[in-house]
Amino acid sequence: MGKLMRLEKLDLPEEPVLCSGHAACPGCIDALSARHVLSALGPDAVAVIPPSCMAIIAGAQPMSALRIPVYQPSLESSAAAASGLRRALDARGKQETHVVVLAGDGGTYDIGLQCLSSAAERNENILYVCFDNEGYMNTGAQKSSSTPHFARTGSTPAGKSSRKKNLIEIMAAHEIPYAATATAGFLPDLARKVEKAKALRGMRLLVLLVPCLDGWGVPEDQGIKVARLAVESGVFPLYEVEDGYRYTLNTAQKTRPVRDYLLAQRRYRNLEEHEIEALQREVDIGWARLQHRTQAELKTID
Amino acid sequence: MNAGAKRVLLTGNHAVAWGARLSRPKVIPVYPITPQTPVLELLTEFHAAGELDAEMLTPESEHSVMAACIPASLTGVRVFTATASQGLMLMHELLHYASGARAPIVMANVNRTIASPWAFWPDQTDSLAQRDTGWIQLYVESAQEALDSVIQAFRIAERVFLPVMINLDAFYVSHALEPVELPAQALIDAYLPPYAPQHFIDPERGESWGNVVSQDLYCRHRQDIGAAMDRVPAIAAQADQEWQRATGRGWGVIERYRCEDAELVIASLGSMCGTAREAVDALRADGHAAGLVKVRLFRPLPLAALRTALGGVRDVLVLDRNFSPGAGGVLHQELRAALYGMPSPPRVHGLLAGVGGVNVPPQKIVDLALAARNREPAAEPVWAN
Ligand SMILES: Cc1ncc(C[n+]2csc(CCOP(=O)(O)OP(=O)(O)O)c2C)c(N)n1
Ligand code: SF4
Ligand SMILES: [Mg+2]
Repeated sequence: MGKLMRLEKLDLPEEPVLCSGHAACPGCIDALSARHVLSALGPDAVAVIPPSCMAIIAGAQPMSALRIPVYQPSLESSAAAASGLRRALDARGKQETHVVVLAGDGGTYDIGLQCLSSAAERNENILYVCFDNEGYMNTGAQKSSSTPHFARTGSTPAGKSSRKKNLIEIMAAHEIPYAATATAGFLPDLARKVEKAKALRGMRLLVLLVPCLDGWGVPEDQGIKVARLAVESGVFPLYEVEDGYRYTLNTAQKTRPVRDYLLAQRRYRNLEEHEIEALQREVDIGWARLQHRTQAELKTID
Repeated sequence: MNAGAKRVLLTGNHAVAWGARLSRPKVIPVYPITPQTPVLELLTEFHAAGELDAEMLTPESEHSVMAACIPASLTGVRVFTATASQGLMLMHELLHYASGARAPIVMANVNRTIASPWAFWPDQTDSLAQRDTGWIQLYVESAQEALDSVIQAFRIAERVFLPVMINLDAFYVSHALEPVELPAQALIDAYLPPYAPQHFIDPERGESWGNVVSQDLYCRHRQDIGAAMDRVPAIAAQADQEWQRATGRGWGVIERYRCEDAELVIASLGSMCGTAREAVDALRADGHAAGLVKVRLFRPLPLAALRTALGGVRDVLVLDRNFSPGAGGVLHQELRAALYGMPSPPRVHGLLAGVGGVNVPPQKIVDLALAARNREPAAEPVWAN
């Protein structure tokens, strides 16, 4: 954890790509995350933003909160739309211009997974950033397949009965050049990963954990704190997968019980003790598997 | 024949692929489906041989094909694709998206029955069910007309910033081998200059598309699309006239065949017109004043041209190789609406003929025409088989 927790000053460009005055909830981590992703990416980029909180943040015509061009596709077609945009830019000799998708988890794990898989299989030259707030927040906080076990949402009032889908593993199985998790709770790590992705070519995926104040039941000044708890408890491990097999865990160990993370959010209210224990077990197993993959990779490479 | 033109044997599908190649598209997303597959295969062959300088994109579905076509077009390049039947159905949401985005995509659709149950026969319900999506629609009758129409379609689309769908009937047109004149590339380059729109997606320009709009902006946007559609009959006619000057071949937005003094006119779309032409010849030979109106431009429906062509005719017999359950034949409904309120309107008889690919020989059409003359038009759908 030491390396991640060190205080670092981030150098941000004078003129951010995401402007102030956007329409997110006050304290929204979606907007904060986008600001840093876009700053690291720079002005030579085109954004693809499907329906999601990010589309609201992007603003209403004829205004735009982004200084780069935005194309808003239908909810299910971000990766396909980004592919078309990419190819057209290539045809115009603009190979250096980045195409970045800024999509929610619903638009990625669920309705948009089919075309994402296809774009990954073709290794399209796209940076796909999933703003994972673990639910359909734009439609009022219903579950997605990224919503975790036992979390309450508008469509799982008694708590979700199944576990969160593991998107990084799905994409790693496509052997894309780069897949990584990150969160605004650890901004230098997030910025480094955007820089790393930016320097690569082909399909790159970043899954950003975005605590949603409204959807998770988190006070508006606590978003970053909850993001950090998610990492520290091992609920959301920070890691990278290159070419589908080179795993890097960015934190050596988890330093907190899952309980600390759960208690900070209303979506986990009234959890029974055995449910908390079940979640702890799930996290422990997931962590052990990640460690195993990291080491297994070391063995195959050595 | 024109300088540099070549005469070759082509199927309708291959004629479409040649039309696309000659138009120099820059991005081609495409997904295979019977009976459109030969279009895809020939385009990928051209590409592999280095004869087609375009980005070929073969995603997992037609849905993603259209999803890719739209922003590619908005990035300022010429975009072509082709599909049929279920593929067109899968694109439906994005067909609206494309016209809303004012993306001048050109797409060939091979008209085939829609499941369920599964079938592979000529039937135009697939494209006619897309009539409200904001796509311009042309229906063609032959391989040559298919090739010429693809090229004309880019001219029309890029003039009004609306997408164009060229429809050719399964097998009758898509797979029938016909002599086709392949125009020289130089002729096409003169007719269809490179696509250079004023607005396009580029970081140096900062223009965006798709952000949320107010009620008023949305309404104005729809009115703009309507105004662009209204210009299409004249622009399509002009594109066709210039094509005729360049190649000697013109097809019209509608075609009137032996309509002089006709008391009975058959109206239809696509390959049915070829059969109807023979029926008209047989009727004329027997002394009946019969003619044919082929509706080549179906969306927008060229109202003025149709009213001129059909005004004063006693009986119009509409042959629909499509079926809208609960309503009947789509062209029949459209023509009734188009002619409504004329001073002395024709009697419009609608017949569901050839639905599901059922064969309709010329003699059948002759019999239907003769019977229609002695009958009041029915308000309900009438099946001709
Ligand atoms: C085809 C389609 N179905 C449903 C919707 C309604 N819709 C808009 S946004 C959204 C959920 C988006 O969730 P997510 O991608 O997680 O983004 P978030 O709002 O959480 O940022 C839904 C269901 C839509 N726009 N399109
Ligand atoms: S609903 Fe959640 S993710 Fe969306 S703008 Fe509000 S805080 Fe941000
Ligand atoms: Mg979400």
